[in-house]
Amino acid sequence: MLNIKIKELRQKLSDKDISAVELIKYYHNRINRYDPEIKSFISLNETALEEASLIDQKRAKGDHLPPFAGIPIALKDLIITKNIPTTCGSKILEHFIPPYDATVTKHLKDAGFIIMGKLNMDEFAMGSSCETSYFNKTRNPWDTNRVPGGSSGGSAAAVAARLIPLSLGSDTGGSIRQPGALCGVVGLKPTYGRVSRYGLVAFASSLDQIGPFTTNVEDTAEIMTVIGKHDDKDSTSAKIDNDNYMSDLSGNIKGLKIGLPKEYFSESLNDELKNSIFDALKIMEKCGAEIVDIDMPHTEYAVAVYYIIATAEASSNLARYDGVKYGYRADGKNLNDMYVHTKSSGFGEEVKRRIMLGTYALSSGYYDAYYLKAQKVRTLIKNDFISAFKKVDLIATPTSPTTAFKLGEKLKDPLQMYLNDIYTIPLNLYGGCGISIPCGFDKKMLPLGLQLLGGYFEESKLLNCAYAFERATDWHTKVPDWLEKE
Amino acid sequence: MSKIVGKKDVLYISSLSKIEIDEDKMEIFTKEFNKILDYMDKLNELDTEGVEPTSHVLDITNVFRKDVPYSTSKTFPGALSRDEALKNAPEKESGHFKVPIVIEN
Repeated sequence: MLNIKIKELRQKLSDKDISAVELIKYYHNRINRYDPEIKSFISLNETALEEASLIDQKRAKGDHLPPFAGIPIALKDLIITKNIPTTCGSKILEHFIPPYDATVTKHLKDAGFIIMGKLNMDEFAMGSSCETSYFNKTRNPWDTNRVPGGSSGGSAAAVAARLIPLSLGSDTGGSIRQPGALCGVVGLKPTYGRVSRYGLVAFASSLDQIGPFTTNVEDTAEIMTVIGKHDDKDSTSAKIDNDNYMSDLSGNIKGLKIGLPKEYFSESLNDELKNSIFDALKIMEKCGAEIVDIDMPHTEYAVAVYYIIATAEASSNLARYDGVKYGYRADGKNLNDMYVHTKSSGFGEEVKRRIMLGTYALSSGYYDAYYLKAQKVRTLIKNDFISAFKKVDLIATPTSPTTAFKLGEKLKDPLQMYLNDIYTIPLNLYGGCGISIPCGFDKKMLPLGLQLLGGYFEESKLLNCAYAFERATDWHTKVPDWLEKE
Repeated sequence: MSKIVGKKDVLYISSLSKIEIDEDKMEIFTKEFNKILDYMDKLNELDTEGVEPTSHVLDITNVFRKDVPYSTSKTFPGALSRDEALKNAPEKESGHFKVPIVIEN
């Protein structure tokens, strides 16, 4: 069961080898047993069993069922779910119960998925360790003294511990790929505009994108057929036909050109990580790919650009939490007082810091020096990618400069935490697609992640290359020893 | 450029963002803030004269929809009722959001 693929689960369900109720109970048991330690879920959907039972009844009657009927999935707690609390890991939304579904939530329900619950995250997706959550500090299943990465730490940890077969997260500067790498699972950031952001609580609107966590690349392709669709409700949703994510998975990468940017392999990169990437590339070469050296000269500026643009957009997006329409409200003797008290006591430290940084970057007298400058350098970074993709099909890099770090290790130094996203951020600024796949373990038995980056709407090519690598290795099948195998 | 942000500047940003920093955390907050801004000054190494800013990565155009009420719209069915829209409000009265006094006597 631990490495079962979605298509196998679908088969078992339709063959009545297993009922939807049994499947939900199987994962409930694992959650009850292991999540008190891992702390990946913020809330569980109380009606999951009823929904499963309804599916079983329909199946028994021979009714037509949607393709994924009865498959459990869990969502990062910033994807809006009707009647299921959606907190964004924040006190300010602790009791918020949405009256509508995000477009992805609707797609999942229409396809028959059962939402098992909502997963922990850094508050408003601002963090790289899951430690800024108001609720819990999620643990890395490979070493529970270490962080799962962030911000989608709960989504990555739950899949790594097989508490759920797959989950969704969101990636603004690496929030899917980095925790995917640190937890040893597959994490995809689709191209900006590929997955609807309607009902994804906004952090930085020009960068945010929803994507899946899975235990294997085939499942990633499969879930993309469900969520990767144009949506009229999102004005930034691309009008691109649904790719054949599944049928393009041939595993044949003969002649594929993979770029190796030297800027991502600096001297400070840990040797084990560096070697694992080179080993992975050797495997790709054996599969017929060609490795090409490339330059991405503006890479070192990406973190600075990102923390100006993302905080500026956040300062605007998070203005809506004012204690009026929904969410937490603090007392105040007048309206302005109430605003100030609500925001000051409703947001955590990191969120406040970023709102204030963004406010500063946009404020009169500093706009040109920070925000406009950052947007211009964003163009240079984007052009690095555009030039690179004229020469190569995909780019290979490490996902994160280190393996999972200890809880508390970087929490006191915001800048150190920001620099943790150094390899994932450039892609968000460019807007293409990227994936992190397991490529080994370090001496401490912590997972290592290989990042592959692709151009706009090149998911099929990206997934196929990841698939070829996965077929030649078994890193993705490893599960921490302390988690019982069945 | 690297202008040092002092307590006075932090208070100004506070007033713009309606977020207060506790007095006992002001010093460390200001220090961290400057450290991050210092790091951002790295961008000044680059000459960006004549470079177009990127605000959005894809070519997008405005999305329009028919001017019909949500309740009868095919694209956006199921508009929220007033009760649903008010359900999460911290305070409400007679079908409205309620806020503390705005203009004091």
